[in-house]
Amino acid sequence: MKFTLSWLKDHLETKASLDEICDKLPMLGLEVESVQDRAKDLSDFIVGYVEKAQQHPNADRLRLCIVDIGAEKVQVVCGAPNARAGIKGVFAPPGARIPNSGDILKKGVIRGEESNGMLCSEREMGISDEHEGIIELDPNAEVGAGYATLAGLDDPVIDIAITPDRADCLGVRGIARDLAAAGLGTLKPLDTSPVKGTFKSSINWQVNLPDEEPALAPYIVGRFFRGVKNVPSPKWLQDRLTAIGLRPISALVDITNYIMLDLGRPLHAYDADKINGDIFIRLAETGEKYLALDGKEYTFSEDMIVIGDNNGVDDLAGIMGGERSGCDDQTVNMFLEAAIFDPVRTASTGRKLNIISDARYRFERGLDPTSPGWGSEMATKMILEICGGEASELVVHGREPPWQRTYMLRHSRIKALTGVEVPEEKTLDILKDLGFKVSGEGEKINCEVPPWRGDVIGEADLVEEVVRIWGFDNIPTVSMQNDTIIPRPSLNPSQIIEGKAKRTLANRDMAEAVTYSFLSSQHAILFGGDKHELKLMNPISSDLDEMRPSIIPNLISSALKNSNMGNPDVAIFEVGPQYTGASAEGQQVVAAGIRTGQTAERHWSNVSRSVDVFDVKGDVVALLEVLGAPVANLQTSVDAPDWYHPGKSGVLRLGPNTLAYFGEIHPTVLRTMSVDYPIMAFEVFLNNLHSPRSKGPNRALLKLEPLQPVKRDFAFILDKEIPAERLLRAVRGADKNLIRDVILFDSYEGKGVPENKKSLAIAVTLQPTGSSLTEEELEVLSNKIVGQVGKQVAGQLRT
Amino acid sequence: MVIIMDEWLELKANFMKAIEESSDLEAIEAIRISAVGKKGSITGLMKGLGALDAEKRKEAGQLLNKIKTEVTAAIDSRKVELERTTLAAQLLKDRVDVTLPARPETTGSIHPITQTIDELTAIFCQMGFSVAEGPHIETDYYNFTALNIPPEHPARQEQDTFYLPPDDTGVPRVLRTHTSPVQIRTMEKIPPPIKIIVPGRTFRSDHDATHSPMFHQVEGLVIDKKSHMGHLKGCLIDFCRAFFGVDDLPVRFRPSYFPFTEPSAEVDIGCTREGGEFRIGKGDDWLEILGSGMVHPRVLAGCGIDPDEYQGFAFGMGIERIAMLKYGIPDLRPFYDSDIRWLKHYGFVPLDIPTVSKGINQ
Repeated sequence: MKFTLSWLKDHLETKASLDEICDKLPMLGLEVESVQDRAKDLSDFIVGYVEKAQQHPNADRLRLCIVDIGAEKVQVVCGAPNARAGIKGVFAPPGARIPNSGDILKKGVIRGEESNGMLCSEREMGISDEHEGIIELDPNAEVGAGYATLAGLDDPVIDIAITPDRADCLGVRGIARDLAAAGLGTLKPLDTSPVKGTFKSSINWQVNLPDEEPALAPYIVGRFFRGVKNVPSPKWLQDRLTAIGLRPISALVDITNYIMLDLGRPLHAYDADKINGDIFIRLAETGEKYLALDGKEYTFSEDMIVIGDNNGVDDLAGIMGGERSGCDDQTVNMFLEAAIFDPVRTASTGRKLNIISDARYRFERGLDPTSPGWGSEMATKMILEICGGEASELVVHGREPPWQRTYMLRHSRIKALTGVEVPEEKTLDILKDLGFKVSGEGEKINCEVPPWRGDVIGEADLVEEVVRIWGFDNIPTVSMQNDTIIPRPSLNPSQIIEGKAKRTLANRDMAEAVTYSFLSSQHAILFGGDKHELKLMNPISSDLDEMRPSIIPNLISSALKNSNMGNPDVAIFEVGPQYTGASAEGQQVVAAGIRTGQTAERHWSNVSRSVDVFDVKGDVVALLEVLGAPVANLQTSVDAPDWYHPGKSGVLRLGPNTLAYFGEIHPTVLRTMSVDYPIMAFEVFLNNLHSPRSKGPNRALLKLEPLQPVKRDFAFILDKEIPAERLLRAVRGADKNLIRDVILFDSYEGKGVPENKKSLAIAVTLQPTGSSLTEEELEVLSNKIVGQVGKQVAGQLRT
Repeated sequence: MVIIMDEWLELKANFMKAIEESSDLEAIEAIRISAVGKKGSITGLMKGLGALDAEKRKEAGQLLNKIKTEVTAAIDSRKVELERTTLAAQLLKDRVDVTLPARPETTGSIHPITQTIDELTAIFCQMGFSVAEGPHIETDYYNFTALNIPPEHPARQEQDTFYLPPDDTGVPRVLRTHTSPVQIRTMEKIPPPIKIIVPGRTFRSDHDATHSPMFHQVEGLVIDKKSHMGHLKGCLIDFCRAFFGVDDLPVRFRPSYFPFTEPSAEVDIGCTREGGEFRIGKGDDWLEILGSGMVHPRVLAGCGIDPDEYQGFAFGMGIERIAMLKYGIPDLRPFYDSDIRWLKHYGFVPLDIPTVSKGINQ
């Protein structure tokens, strides 16, 4: 919402400066987006009289001008064809900032002649693109006078953002009212007295809307004007519109715009001679079209309110008029429309057709329901004054929708909700200044809401109005109080697990990434996605059109991007959501990571190798261990989902709970994603981890054995297909008391080992308790181990 | 006898000279053997003492013993010296080029969003808040209607909502446009007093230099019988000063509008751009960082909480925004690009867990 300072002062009697006003506005909830004080910006530019203009001795196209700027006469080198003696132009002295370029003008010597300033073109002044010659000012302009004032550019322009609730501030008067209530002056009275019509309008309303929806167009006022002259608007009006970025068109159009900007009341002006018969207001028929004033054709659906005549529809209610019946400079008879249309219907229509207009903006935020009456009277006065002619009697359909409502305000409620004590009489003053009718006194008062404040719907709103004007700065600052001095933990067990997972993986040299919750459905389908309920109906692009069924594809895309940037060794993880369904249960927290490339950068001391499945298995096991899962009891199986390499992947389960997938990504999946090198990945399902039962901080008692542990190595030959985990389990089970640890230190196939067999070598650590193990006891235990291995995995001791 | 003794002394002198001149451990061992070994010359002379008469034997014995002791001591000391120089020579030979680079350590990193969430959680924990969460895929009831944003409300249109297909009963589904639906879910689930923050992912269909279709917010909600706007101010001023680490940070509350709060306030912090350098703190300018307000009575009533008995406040802010401001990260989009150069540069050491005891600002 843009307006100028002088415009504001039409409504506000004030001595406040521009700065004071602009400091106050945001504290009232009217956020200042920008302030443009052009008088200040243009203060260097003054009227100069070209006393002499002669040919530059060294340049054909340049002239030497002697310019009288009042205080002195200066020489200026000028290249404009119209630079000649006797004209007055805009003179910029050295040091001036040229509006168009932002450059600071310097004294110069051009082809040997001194130039002490510049005569400016319209383009240089930022007024238009005109650069054929310099600006020629009115011959009567006073030499040395400021250019900004002369050109009507000395009125500062203020631009404020209006929150959706403050429809009343979409007119300058509403802003003035707020400032007045806040003590920055007084609101000037507005004369809305009616103008008596001198004849009956030949155009009438034919409203044909469903009876069951009375709110669609409850109140419409029209007025016929005959014998008007649609002249250009007077300069003051043009200046104001230009200042806020509107192009003046003609008096009738400019006046409707002005009333909208000034008072928040949109109006529409039809050329009455282009109207065939009466004007109807009805719901559109599907497929009906019109050519709007923005030059585009729109096709309606049957829930839209349209306006037209015997020749068809030519106006979309509350949004935009049509090309056919609009006013032009030939207009002599005009029909004015001031209506109330349903804000909800206006909003939905505007959104469906994607028409953005100043009228729609105001209609959908809710107009003052009394405004058709006073709005048409205010417009009438301006039209008669500027365009002449005669006004008809009003043509009214319906009546003001009921808007009167009264809420009780308890003074104590202000203190209770905001902590600030506002004196009772101040409360009354503030409400009255804002237009509320206040009755009663003491603790409870009754406040009748003015018609322009549709946003006020209860006591809390009244509290806000009072405190807003009284000043948020006056609210005391009270620090939060805890019911315990030492705060209780703010995280629950699953939140703690997430945090631990992140820092554990980061500690394992992986970088944490945060990627989008969505991806392309082409990628989703590779990872178990392609679910209708998870597809965005309005994706921002086809790359981001489905909720991710897994984090892995996003990490693979990241790896590819990094590789394209020359960083092929990538170890990244993300702890975040994946989505298997649209319900709350379908959202799971997963710690996912990928590794690709080499384990380490090349270095003189080591041979780096390609990452493999055991790197990511290591990540998973380490993570599960930190998160308190009983790692020794995990079962490994080889049924990882399709996006993993069937021979190089695994699933870790604890009973029925799937805790993790890990492995190499399936080469076909990678190829589809344009990746031509192997990538290792893991997914740990944090929701499936039982949060460690709170056993309190107590640890199990540690018994440090005084006896040295004994180590024994074994090598077994067994079938190639038997998983190593089964061998380890068999050995551990041989004597759960004595065997402390089993390490698999060699896995071998090839020469010396029969075909389809493999040799696995293990180191067993035995921890004697009480007394040392005798040779016989060791022998018994060895036999037990060999026996168990033979029984459970058909392994033979390698000799 | 005297003559013999002179010979002995000469022998000793020869040994001493040889010891002095020996240059390695083998040589000194050879000297030891030839002097005091089983067949050594001094050992031999001592064996010969038995042939002398008792008186002479005593005199000669004393002299020989002295010579033996002196020669042995000289050998030992020379040996130690030679061992030292041999070791020193060996060590010099074993020298490595210590200017070779150390073995590479790859360290992982924590994303600035995680770090920032951990920081603000630590601060709000001090004020007694706990962390709540909610689903990203919401119904439009929780995302809008329950928050006093009816259909066709301008505020609803301004939020650029992502839509998902409706559920089986036709209920529209959206990606939550803010963390505020968790306010509703919490109030429906647990009775007051309530004191939560809700950090999490949010989604809006907006994509340009300063907007991402996914970003993070943190919501705050306090519901009890007495918390008013003064507490709101205190809570947020305390937070901003602790988070940005500026004790005298100016914080300004301006009236604003959110459908689910009344009164509503936007919060600005002080900043300066003096000398072309942006800095948070006392200055001539303000920067908007969050929205807040007293929970709207309709929202309370909709959750089954009596607005005449309970009241409280809510606030929300963008996590990327406060992270960018605090850490001087210039652009939003690289947050989600997973460029390892960016992750390593703007990321955090995993052990740097934010705690109040060491200060939130490292």
